[in-house]
Amino acid sequence: MGNVAIRANALVKWFGEGETRTTAVKSASFEAGFGELLYIVGPSGSGKTTLLSMISGILKPNEGNVLVEGKDIWQMKSDDIADLRLHKIGFVFQDYHLFPRLTTVENVAIPLILKKMDWNEAIKVALEYLEIVGLKDRAELQPVKLSGGEQQRVAIARAIAGHPDILIFDEPTASLDGDTGRKIVEFIKTKILNPQRCVIIVTHDSRIYEYADSIMKMEDGKIIGFEQNTLHVV
Amino acid sequence: MSGILKIALKLLVNDKSKFIALLVGITFAVFLMIMMMSMFSGILARSSSSVYNVGAKIWVMDPAVNNATSSIPMPDYVLSHARSIDGVKYAVPIYFGNALVKLKSGTYQAVSVVGLDDATLYGRPELIEGKIEDIYAESAFVVVKDAEFKKLESPKVGTEFEINDYRGLVVGLAKVSSGGLFGIPTVYTTYNRAITYIPSMRFTTSYILIEPKSEADIPFIQQQIKKIGYQALTRDQFVHKISDFYTYQTGMGMNVLMMTAISFIVGLSISGQTFYTFILENLERFGALKAIGAKGHELITMILFQASFTALLGYGLGVGLASGLMILAKLRLPSYAAQVTYTNLIFAFVMVLIMAGVSSYIGVRKVLQIQPFDIFRG
Repeated sequence: MGNVAIRANALVKWFGEGETRTTAVKSASFEAGFGELLYIVGPSGSGKTTLLSMISGILKPNEGNVLVEGKDIWQMKSDDIADLRLHKIGFVFQDYHLFPRLTTVENVAIPLILKKMDWNEAIKVALEYLEIVGLKDRAELQPVKLSGGEQQRVAIARAIAGHPDILIFDEPTASLDGDTGRKIVEFIKTKILNPQRCVIIVTHDSRIYEYADSIMKMEDGKIIGFEQNTLHVV
Repeated sequence: MSGILKIALKLLVNDKSKFIALLVGITFAVFLMIMMMSMFSGILARSSSSVYNVGAKIWVMDPAVNNATSSIPMPDYVLSHARSIDGVKYAVPIYFGNALVKLKSGTYQAVSVVGLDDATLYGRPELIEGKIEDIYAESAFVVVKDAEFKKLESPKVGTEFEINDYRGLVVGLAKVSSGGLFGIPTVYTTYNRAITYIPSMRFTTSYILIEPKSEADIPFIQQQIKKIGYQALTRDQFVHKISDFYTYQTGMGMNVLMMTAISFIVGLSISGQTFYTFILENLERFGALKAIGAKGHELITMILFQASFTALLGYGLGVGLASGLMILAKLRLPSYAAQVTYTNLIFAFVMVLIMAGVSSYIGVRKVLQIQPFDIFRG
């Protein structure tokens, strides 16, 4: 494992006030390094997604701070945080959230276009990323015409197209069958992860635990365990 | 076009059903607004056709006159008074009336008769056939060759007809800048022949046309005419008075305003509702864009662009459709009174911008409210 990519210090997040107040994350601290594939695991409602949102600059914590490559992101202005997400962090959402009215290659080009890259250049670069995920021949199709696994790979291509240092996957295998899910994570492990990149996966799919470098367990908003993976597959 | 606008455009036009619904809504609203306003403009323009065609700078009339065709005859002393005013270069009477023409086929056709001052023929139309001096010949009439010309069985120079049981002879064909409102042909003759052929009241002068020595003399002339209980209006003032009459005293203006408002509401409802549905369906994607790193102002730009693009395209289609229909209508009905004016176009454009503004405001509010965290939470 290399340098620290993300450091979370005593993060607390609650929703609601008074009697309806619910604390989703309770004083969570951890760090993830470059070259590391970190899993955040735990049952539904354990605070995984809330923690993920806080460390990726999407949800402001009530207490604590998040350092991304040494910078306290929650001290930044909202536009600067958006810029940080655009340039440093790539997201793969559970439901992919691909644009059904755009072609596959246009979906992949979105982060590049948001970075003000020329349209034609962005499409060219997006095609290269589609080639990486093995879907170059599907470039002009709309996402609805792709299988679940293919859509997942398009979402991955979109996430990595912006050259992010940190990649965040939310339940990447939730809507895939076991075999496809394993293939996707294997692909992430072998093709996407590199020494300059940190990958964090939120999952409760125990079938893919074997690919993790380290696994952080959550329950009731607390981090209850952090271990190096003994089932580690290289 | 920047990449983000291109994405916005593709999101919009690739959702064909909603895009078409949006376009239809706006096009339909613009079409209705333009049609209503154009018909009204056409009617107003036609209602003042006599004023434009005669072209006098000052019109003297009874103050109770509210449109050119409903003149109230004035006694001769008004003409004498007008001629005596300092600043009047010359003043002439003109007669407006209606008569019945018996055509060769035996049918009757109502005509509008303009009697021009015998001495000067002031206000005469431009002749396209014949000579104007022939109007002094016995029973001579000049027929206006406009959209209503065919109703007189397209007479030629030399054609004879009966007008109010008198003999009439066509000595010339003329053209005028604007056709009349009531769909009947117009004939010109001399003042004296007109009052002879058409039954009149004690007084016969419909209007007195004044040519001032200079523009500066106009207020003084108006003042002097007012002193004897009559009214002198410039051409623009008279046109304005006629427009006011049709707009406010006939109910036509209110009806057009209501129809335009209904068209606007219908268009706004369709486009607003469809655009709102479009935004709702794409809300999660906008949230995903936010999560990826799109800034609020970029999303607002996308929505405004989508709304403006649809609005402008709908506006263009609506104007094109209305204009096309008017051209077709004029081919079938030459007297069809409708004209597209810059005012109509600007008004409809402003209405469309309001539609786009309201529709996008709703969308922008929704998109700004969506939090990327909601996307993670599903």
